[in-house]
Amino acid sequence: MMPAIRAKASGKTAFVNVRLLDPATGLDQTGGLLTQDGIIVDLGPSVTRDTAPGDCRIIDGEGRCLAPGLVDMRVQLREPGFEHQETIETAGKSAATGGVTTMVALPNTDPVIDDVAGVEFIARRARKVGLAKVFVYGAVSKGIEGHEITEMGLLHQAGAVAFCDGVKTIASPRLLRQALAYTTFFDGMIIQHPEEPELSRGGDMNSGELATRLGLSGISPLAEVIQIERDIRLAEMTGGRLHFSHISTGESVEVIRKAKKRGLKITCDTAPFYFALNENAVSDYRTFAKLAPPLRSEEDRQAIVMGLVDGTIDTIASDHNPQDQDSKRLPFAQAAAGGVGLETLLPITLELYHNGHMSLLEAIGKVTSAPATLMKLAGHGTLKPGSSADIVMFDPDRPAKIDPYKFQSKSKNSPFDGRLIQGVVLRTLIDGREVFTHTSCIEGS
Amino acid sequence: MSVMGPEADHYPHPHLLGIEGLTPGEITLILDRAQHYAEKNRTADKTSNILAGSTVVNLFYENSTRTLTSFELAAKRLGADVINMTVGTSSVKKGETLIDTAMTLNAMNPDALVVRHGDSGAVKLLSEKVNCTVLNAGDGRHEHPTQALLDALTIRRHKGRLHRLTVAICGDIAHSRVARSNILLLNTMGSRVRLIAPPTLIPSKIDRMGVEIFHDMEEGLKDCDIVMMLRLQLERMEGSFIPSVREYFHFHGLDRAKLANAKPDALIMHPGPMNRGVEIDSEVADDVERSVIREQVEMGVAVRMATLEILVQNQRNLAGDRK
Repeated sequence: MMPAIRAKASGKTAFVNVRLLDPATGLDQTGGLLTQDGIIVDLGPSVTRDTAPGDCRIIDGEGRCLAPGLVDMRVQLREPGFEHQETIETAGKSAATGGVTTMVALPNTDPVIDDVAGVEFIARRARKVGLAKVFVYGAVSKGIEGHEITEMGLLHQAGAVAFCDGVKTIASPRLLRQALAYTTFFDGMIIQHPEEPELSRGGDMNSGELATRLGLSGISPLAEVIQIERDIRLAEMTGGRLHFSHISTGESVEVIRKAKKRGLKITCDTAPFYFALNENAVSDYRTFAKLAPPLRSEEDRQAIVMGLVDGTIDTIASDHNPQDQDSKRLPFAQAAAGGVGLETLLPITLELYHNGHMSLLEAIGKVTSAPATLMKLAGHGTLKPGSSADIVMFDPDRPAKIDPYKFQSKSKNSPFDGRLIQGVVLRTLIDGREVFTHTSCIEGS
Repeated sequence: MSVMGPEADHYPHPHLLGIEGLTPGEITLILDRAQHYAEKNRTADKTSNILAGSTVVNLFYENSTRTLTSFELAAKRLGADVINMTVGTSSVKKGETLIDTAMTLNAMNPDALVVRHGDSGAVKLLSEKVNCTVLNAGDGRHEHPTQALLDALTIRRHKGRLHRLTVAICGDIAHSRVARSNILLLNTMGSRVRLIAPPTLIPSKIDRMGVEIFHDMEEGLKDCDIVMMLRLQLERMEGSFIPSVREYFHFHGLDRAKLANAKPDALIMHPGPMNRGVEIDSEVADDVERSVIREQVEMGVAVRMATLEILVQNQRNLAGDRK
């Protein structure tokens, strides 16, 4: 098989008659955008069909939105080691379909990404595949076993954008303290999966009435809050940058809000599951809604929305966690946790806009400029001239129904199965190359 | 009777997965039929051929002697062919998934599957994959509907009703599917349920199921009509739920002194197998005046005959309709 060469598109393309959305600069206006050789060279109301250079391809957006491609800061590629669930290529296709042009991958592969060779392997594979740009997190501990820290400085130099132990909590306060302190010399960041392991051990879903009725073991929301409270202390003590992933409870929002007010370098994200669903999705033992952390109460869901609105929650990440059928078609307690997310990230995020919680520009910012800034990915998640032409064109209003069997991802485990949504990705471009075109936009159709 | 709601002339569900979702009329329908079998079982003419030609498979993923025997006897008394499959936990780990097993059994065209499984929801999952009727013989900590029905039948035979009774369910609520099914049934029928247990054995937010919670036995048992003891399921306990068996018996074991707080004619019940000297004192357990523990076992066969008959007949009628 010939490796695909990841090339920049040559020539010029003008997108005209589009609603430009660039959260990084606050731009939200009708106009056009011009790319040349895979780079954005101009944008604004002055770029029109009439002003576009004569030798360029013109795409008329008919008033649809044009935004930076999505930056998804929490994706499990499952390659190497779990290729029956996902590969860099299938994840790349899934990302393209979902309008995601940059992914940051977790290191919990087999082997674990805990050395420079692992970082380079992913980078090389991603270049060959030539779809979404892939960055990786290095593991905090060797083998993500929670004992010794990895060669964090070397990993950072090799391109690891931050550090985490995959879906495991960095449980040892000593290890987390060392990791936070050590990474300050290159201003690195530690990403924590906040779930106190002893309190959450053996749990299947959110604790409470529903878990009791279903006879399932509960995971208290406190398991998350306790971990966050402890870790904030360690971040304060060391001066390290600490980011909490997929927070799911109202109390977590409250605690992080206070820490931010005190000026600590604390940030956090959530996943669409936690602002669009509550624990009732688990009723009838629906294993596709088994997630880690578990779906919480309706009050928690609302608090997560408010945390996004007031900026306590910095970013939205898909938390893409592909699981095969065999891992999900089991009694609830035995089933694997996790859901795929790349192809639903945009439409579910748009619910925040459709439900009146935030502007379209703000919603898009949570999945573009905010994660790019947090990860220090200069030139990503923005339409600024000089940036790579990583672009998504979408119709924010077009209705659709989520059908996992149409997903490009190798796995179909979506808790959003059958959900009615508004918002459809029409085109995705990476370095100016069109990697996804919605059937309704294919010329001649 | 108004508290009973409308009477049901048939059981409309394809399976018996739990008490949840059953109406008072449907529960009464089953109990009336079970009462018929209870009487018949005390005569010399115990058997019938009502399910002759049908196959009942008992698929047990957890060890059980009494429930398995009870279902087996019930099916045999109705004339069905019975196959028992006891699947140990270790052989499950070796290979076949629950769904594979279900598909395999389904291919043999049984008329009813009686399933016990250690995971909550497993029986429902299996019921979605097979064409025959499925009876839940206990799934994890979720439900054990035939136990609640046999308890109800026993109570009704002694008290003449299932409404306006105060029933105390005592002990290991956290790990008990019996407790959940009984709470649902007794609430549906209009009785008041109290739970008595140390705080570590009371599951989170169970008060929302419409029960009163007590930690003190004497207080909780006051004026109760029924005292239902649960087995302390030490095998399901991970971590420190109780400090010791000795301490548990001291505070929460049923003995004559604690029982004195209940009504003088209060019945003593236990789903078995009993841990004598742990949750119940032998003197109380064997009290012929008060304890109906052996009658519960007897009613178990009757209730299982009734449910098997109703469900298999339902299925036959459905198959007939399709033709």
